[in-house]
Amino acid sequence: MKSNIKKWLAAASLALVPLVVVASEGGVHLDRAPNKLRDPEALQRGAQTFANYCLSCHGAVSMRYNRLQDLGLSEAQIKSNLMFASEKVGEPMRVAMAAADGKAWFGATPPDLSVIARARGADWLYTYLRTFYRDDSRPTGWNNLVFDKVGMPHVLWELQGQQVPVYETVKNHETGKEEQHLVSLKLEKPGLLTRVAEDGGFDQTDYDTRVADLVNYLVYMGEPAKVKREQIGYAVLLFLLFILVPISYFLKKEYWRDIH
Amino acid sequence: MSKLQNVGQQVLDWVDDRFPLTATWKAHVSEYYAPKNFNFWYFFGSLALLVLVIQIVTGIFLTMNYKPDGSLIPGTNVSVAFASVEYIMRDVAGGWIIRYMHSTGASMFFVVVYLHMFRGLIYGSYQKPRELVWVFGTLVFLILMAEAFLGYLLPWGQMSFWGAQVIVNLFASIPVIGPDLSVFIRGDFVVSDATLNRFFALHVIAVPLVLLALVVAHLVALHEVGSNNPDGVEIKKLKDPKTGIPLDGIPFHPYYTVKDILGVAVFLVVFSLVVFFFPNVFGYFLEDNNFIPADPLKTPPHIAPVWYFTPFYAILRAVPSFLGTQVWGVLAMGAAVVVIAFLPWLDRSPVKSIRYRGPIYKSALVLFIIAFIGLGILGALPPTDIRTVVSQILSVVYFAFFFGMPWYSKLDKTLPVPERVTDSTLGRQMRFLALFALTLVLSAVFAWVI
Repeated sequence: MKSNIKKWLAAASLALVPLVVVASEGGVHLDRAPNKLRDPEALQRGAQTFANYCLSCHGAVSMRYNRLQDLGLSEAQIKSNLMFASEKVGEPMRVAMAAADGKAWFGATPPDLSVIARARGADWLYTYLRTFYRDDSRPTGWNNLVFDKVGMPHVLWELQGQQVPVYETVKNHETGKEEQHLVSLKLEKPGLLTRVAEDGGFDQTDYDTRVADLVNYLVYMGEPAKVKREQIGYAVLLFLLFILVPISYFLKKEYWRDIH
Repeated sequence: MSKLQNVGQQVLDWVDDRFPLTATWKAHVSEYYAPKNFNFWYFFGSLALLVLVIQIVTGIFLTMNYKPDGSLIPGTNVSVAFASVEYIMRDVAGGWIIRYMHSTGASMFFVVVYLHMFRGLIYGSYQKPRELVWVFGTLVFLILMAEAFLGYLLPWGQMSFWGAQVIVNLFASIPVIGPDLSVFIRGDFVVSDATLNRFFALHVIAVPLVLLALVVAHLVALHEVGSNNPDGVEIKKLKDPKTGIPLDGIPFHPYYTVKDILGVAVFLVVFSLVVFFFPNVFGYFLEDNNFIPADPLKTPPHIAPVWYFTPFYAILRAVPSFLGTQVWGVLAMGAAVVVIAFLPWLDRSPVKSIRYRGPIYKSALVLFIIAFIGLGILGALPPTDIRTVVSQILSVVYFAFFFGMPWYSKLDKTLPVPERVTDSTLGRQMRFLALFALTLVLSAVFAWVI
């Protein structure tokens, strides 16, 4: 019965789909994520944050724990510090939570994060994880600047604290009414990695660094072979440009001397 | 002669008495006389063959680990098929390089084939007696599009799924039989595991067999009539009276084998740049959204085909629905491909090469290339009112190039064609490059404005 409903829903949604729908996402400015792919310590910290905060709801089914040896960790270190839900170090990073529960709690099964950085891009993730704000109209009490009405609560709130939106009143020229536009976020209550001064100023540098490490870990996990790929690429290009191309050029020249 | 060479000769004689090994080698390679004035544009035929080999070899290794299974891994939103691609990228030794070579090869196939077809256009390579070479070539192009489309479903990401959904739904717009036909193609009411399995079978064996047979036919027909050249001169008309060898012909081997090796080496530089440094090519070779596992319940906001289909996709979208059906756009898209095969009979010019054609044909060709690139850009973008109007104008230009050809190619003033092939002069190369650059710049400006 349930799968029948699913099929009907799928068929109905297909019938409504025009060939191309214009992207409705507003142009939210994305902050540039720092690149730390060649910094193993940052990636290790990212892996730790990932295991502590993400892995309870999101899996990374294509990533095996022992692959983290890429980052300079030993199997023993991985087992004792990062593995909470699995037995063997060769297993992939699965979720402890049941998928059906996730769907019931958040409205959608939390997506697998193996290649999320390749789908979303580092800058999007870096901005997303830093722009959760309080919104009492949402079931979780949280909303997000780059992912409006997101089902995920602010899992890192303990580290960042609570941000509130700052609105600006703008007059709509067409309707003549005044509208509230969200212009920025303000840190109201500090977390473990942020500070709020008496005059309302705030400092999130440590939190930004922690998120940057996490995002770089996600980028690494999206394509673990990336750094190696580029290393091999330089060798291949050197061979082609300095050996194969010149040799074949002179070979051709030598053979073609007698033509014309 | 040494003893070993003697044995070698004996083995060869033994084979030749039973199989035309030496005769075939001579007919197609060492004594196949090609015009001596091939230029830059003549690299792309052999490069297409190289990419075909790359695709087949990497494809074989991919099938060893890929699983055409649309079911979800328990407890996740990831299908077995999607995860098996990531398994290749991570756990299979050398898997990522094989996969990137295959995904890059798919796009590079179209790059070299489009340039190869452009060469045919500018030098009139489709004209008598090479009509069948051209028709087989067009069929290769058509089958290649089918092969690419089928293969694109296999990673089972969002773009795979929804792209296939959109394209298979095109068949549903055919009157009367359409709805049943689309179910027959999918094997289900929506794109599903059944579709994935049959697309895998078609992509891996059925379509490649047809493709290989057509490539052989393309080459056999070519070697029967002989290659054209940048001057459009028939080299077989003037032969050495003693040897019977064309005066302007040189044996394919070793002259063009060594020249093509140089072409291959330069091509591999470009290919490696993509494979090792930009495998996504900013979302054009591998789309970002295709790293999200296929979800039949979640339509992506913008479904764009891969770049090599976009000119034809733009034509599809440009045609409005009429008499309550959208089938006209589908027909126009099909016609845009099929009409290419009829070029040999549409062109009434007495000369082949653009070098001896008049201003009318040259202008028509420039307009055609701008229309093709323009449609390619528009096909990748979400439609707006103005974009739709522009794609309609460009679609008209595209078809006018073909359907107007019987008249304008006859009207055009041509220059006398020389008896013998000529060397490419620097001035001519510069004029051509300037025109080519101008076309590209105009297209880029167009893309920026749009």
